[in-house]
Amino acid sequence: MNFEVVFFFSIAALAIVSAILMITQRNPIKSVIFLIVNFFCIALIYLILHAQFIAIIQILVYAGAIMVLFLFIIMLLNLGDESALTEKIGYKKTIAYVLSAVLLLEIVIGLSLPWTVAASRIHPNANEIGTVEAIGKSLFIDYLLPFEVISMLLLAAIVGVIVLAKKKFQ
Amino acid sequence: MLVDYIPVGIMIVFGVAFGLFMMKASEWFGPKNPNEIKQSIYESGMEPIRSARERMSIKYYMVAMLFIIFDIEVVFMYPWAVNFRQLGMFGLIEMFIFVAILMAGFVYVWKKGALKWD
Amino acid sequence: MEIIITIIKIIVVLGVMLGCVAYIVLLERRLSAGIQNRIGPNRVGWQGLLQPIADVMKLVFKEDIVPTKANRFIHDLAPIISIGVAMTTFAVIPFGDRINLFGYDIKLQIADVNIGILYILALTSLGVYGLTLSGWSSNSKYPLLGGIRSSAQMISYELSMGLSIIGVIMIAGSLELDTIVEAQAGWRWNIILQPIGFITFVVAAFAETNRLPFDLPEAEPELVAGYHTEYSGMKFALFYLSEYANMFVASAIITTLFLGGWQVPFVHSLGLPDFWVSVIQVFGFLFKIILIVAFFIIIRWTIPRFRYDQLMNLGWKFMLPIAILNLLITGLIILLI
Repeated sequence: MNFEVVFFFSIAALAIVSAILMITQRNPIKSVIFLIVNFFCIALIYLILHAQFIAIIQILVYAGAIMVLFLFIIMLLNLGDESALTEKIGYKKTIAYVLSAVLLLEIVIGLSLPWTVAASRIHPNANEIGTVEAIGKSLFIDYLLPFEVISMLLLAAIVGVIVLAKKKFQ
Repeated sequence: MLVDYIPVGIMIVFGVAFGLFMMKASEWFGPKNPNEIKQSIYESGMEPIRSARERMSIKYYMVAMLFIIFDIEVVFMYPWAVNFRQLGMFGLIEMFIFVAILMAGFVYVWKKGALKWD
Repeated sequence: MEIIITIIKIIVVLGVMLGCVAYIVLLERRLSAGIQNRIGPNRVGWQGLLQPIADVMKLVFKEDIVPTKANRFIHDLAPIISIGVAMTTFAVIPFGDRINLFGYDIKLQIADVNIGILYILALTSLGVYGLTLSGWSSNSKYPLLGGIRSSAQMISYELSMGLSIIGVIMIAGSLELDTIVEAQAGWRWNIILQPIGFITFVVAAFAETNRLPFDLPEAEPELVAGYHTEYSGMKFALFYLSEYANMFVASAIITTLFLGGWQVPFVHSLGLPDFWVSVIQVFGFLFKIILIVAFFIIIRWTIPRFRYDQLMNLGWKFMLPIAILNLLITGLIILLI
């Protein structure tokens, strides 16, 4: 057991605990806080995989930008009394449980297959691949078209925002 | 590689520990005689009316959503800026197209009045 | 051994930072007093030099009032997020060259990471939570308005902040702050190479630290005290402290990115031993920070507060296009030269 393995398992455990806490919280704002903790754990796991750039982007974009929107929506939707949010067990919840069980089974099977072990071995140049320089090179030379297509995707998102809120400010 | 980040981790632990200690200091050293009026929320000396958690203007959601989109745009620029000298003119044109498409969206948002606060 | 040196470095840096922050508060009070033709605090110690200690003592022995309607957990968490973010941002900022102390070759930077600038931006984006959560958890109207305003303001200016840094990255070709400082050796400071980037960054820094003219989150005539209305005692002090710590760190970042960081021009031509050169560089860095902090304070009493719509217009309709234009022009100039 070296340092990295111990570190990985403690972070992974924290990620799972924070994910469970996020689901079980009554107060939606607390859920948001635990989701942010969860994002941090995921960023640390990226860091263990030598993906420095992705790790910091995980924090910058997910924890810093997307969760602010979540917080806004929860804060401003006037949820008022948190107890009013309790759900009843309906068909939705049953389906969700079934799907989660299937997913869990899938993960277990996937992990026990022999080829995944070989694939999960760390790349010899992992340290170089994770840096900003390497990502930039492959993004702007090898994956040029996908990069430009992303701008179209973002454009669609901008239009979507306007359409969603259109009635309100006209 | 992970070793480079250990100092950052220690720094975060120190920062949070300082915050926790200072927050608790008031509880340990300060007096404690709460009463109902002291613990009520501030509303210019009046009895608080209605709940504080009201609905807000949709502008704030708009700003948050637009922020996410433009933030992602900016994130793509960092790897580009780092490699700028190697990519040369080719890279600049590439980024120009990317920014131009998004600026079209920005102009659309502007013209639709989504950035107008009144 | 390595880890012990790191811990010593962190303790020294945090100590110096807290000391500076305490005296920045005093500096602000004395400078404001001077500008307004008053005297300011001058009774506690010589010229009021013990005033920060007196203030802290007073706040520690104040009652910690939490409104009954407030959400206790989040009410406690918010100031910790604020101060934690303010204090840990300094981790990647280089405050000097290498120095040889007691036989150890020490690098005067806590963590030299590949993604230095992004670490700063990520922490800045997390700073929003301290303000927003404090506003929400108080369950009171003024703090909620302050919290919402602050988060919308901070995220808007984060964009121009991120964009105005890109020009600097293009010149240095790296996200490491160390490399950026070294690229500014001599007089090749980025303020000269990137004047527009410098101005947009400074304006964004004012907005991110919630300083006048952008202190809408705590605009006292309309919002009482904004997001920290319902805080008292040491928890209030933490918000106060983190505001000034943010100002200190923002000044340090401005210095590092645009004013040559720890580089002091002509210091190498003095013929001093390496050790003293390093010491002069560290104090040069500190001196530049204090100058910018003084600039922050003078601006506070020079420009009146913006209206909220003006603030948002400036951020979205002016700063954002200018910053994007700046980086495309920078790219063109770099290629043509």
